[in-house]
Amino acid sequence: MSFNTFLIYLAVTAGTTYLVRVVPMLLVKKEIENKFILSFLYYMPYAVLSVMTIPAIFTATNYIASAVVGFGVAVFLALKNKSLTTVAIAACLGVLATELVITYLF
Amino acid sequence: MIKSAAFKQGIKDGIPICLGYLSVSFAFGIFCIEQGLTVLEALLISMTCVTSAGQLAAVPIMASCGSLIELALTQIIINLRYSLMSISLSQKLDETFNARRRCAISFMVTDEIFGVASSQDGKPPKEYFYGLMLTPWFGWATGTLVGAAAGNILPEIVITALAVAIYGMFVAIVVPPARDNRNVLYCVLTAIALSCIFAFVPFLKVVQSGFVIIICSVVASALFAYLKPIGEGERS
Repeated sequence: MSFNTFLIYLAVTAGTTYLVRVVPMLLVKKEIENKFILSFLYYMPYAVLSVMTIPAIFTATNYIASAVVGFGVAVFLALKNKSLTTVAIAACLGVLATELVITYLF
Repeated sequence: MIKSAAFKQGIKDGIPICLGYLSVSFAFGIFCIEQGLTVLEALLISMTCVTSAGQLAAVPIMASCGSLIELALTQIIINLRYSLMSISLSQKLDETFNARRRCAISFMVTDEIFGVASSQDGKPPKEYFYGLMLTPWFGWATGTLVGAAAGNILPEIVITALAVAIYGMFVAIVVPPARDNRNVLYCVLTAIALSCIFAFVPFLKVVQSGFVIIICSVVASALFAYLKPIGEGERS
């Protein structure tokens, strides 16, 4: 990909992301009342993040086992309401520890 | 609040967000290099977009020279929640926020900044918003730069581990509401099932990742918006 091609992709990514943020800020004066739209917007972030995480996380590491451990650690700590940073770092440490064990013990 | 005091308070409140962004954007920087982007390209994406999930979805499309329509649709779908936050935040802005200033602060409407700004009493002065948004922006850009540049010198096993950071953050966002709300849980499980179908059924594997994200999340969300519309308590 040339740098000029990249700049086109960047403009589309930054532009659409910004429009999604700025248009409602400028236009919407009243609250949304449509229950279906409100409900759709309520569920959507969770659906999006889930789709992006599973199954992608299980192919993001060298071994499925380490990904399973990392994912398990993340779910466990998230259930305990730990912060985003804590969960993210702990998931990484879980993967690292498992990969070290697999690499050097087996 | 006096202007400079409000700005300082905003900076102060932005520090924990900044620290969280450092680790996640560090992983994003590494991810960009793995996907074949340059350090400068990774930095430019973070400086202009400031959306973790959106950027993570955009990079593979860029790297594979996917369609621009797919890229734009993916960003709109993934970042649509920012529209809701913008609507909500617009109620927190005082009369000094003209169109130009609204355009300026819209750039930094993120989950975390929205969360902190929403928790403020009344309508904070505009200087507070500026301070609150400045520190996380620097954290997001700096983390990406260091991750992309240092990703080359870190051991492979460490890079692999850090690649999971963003997924860990997503888990931390999804799991608590899924635990507390059965409808959210079933919606999430439906979305995951659809996602796995696209990943493992042979003739569906060819569908681009951006479209998979859009199709699965829209179908699951629309289904549950129809079957289980939210009540008053869930609107906030």
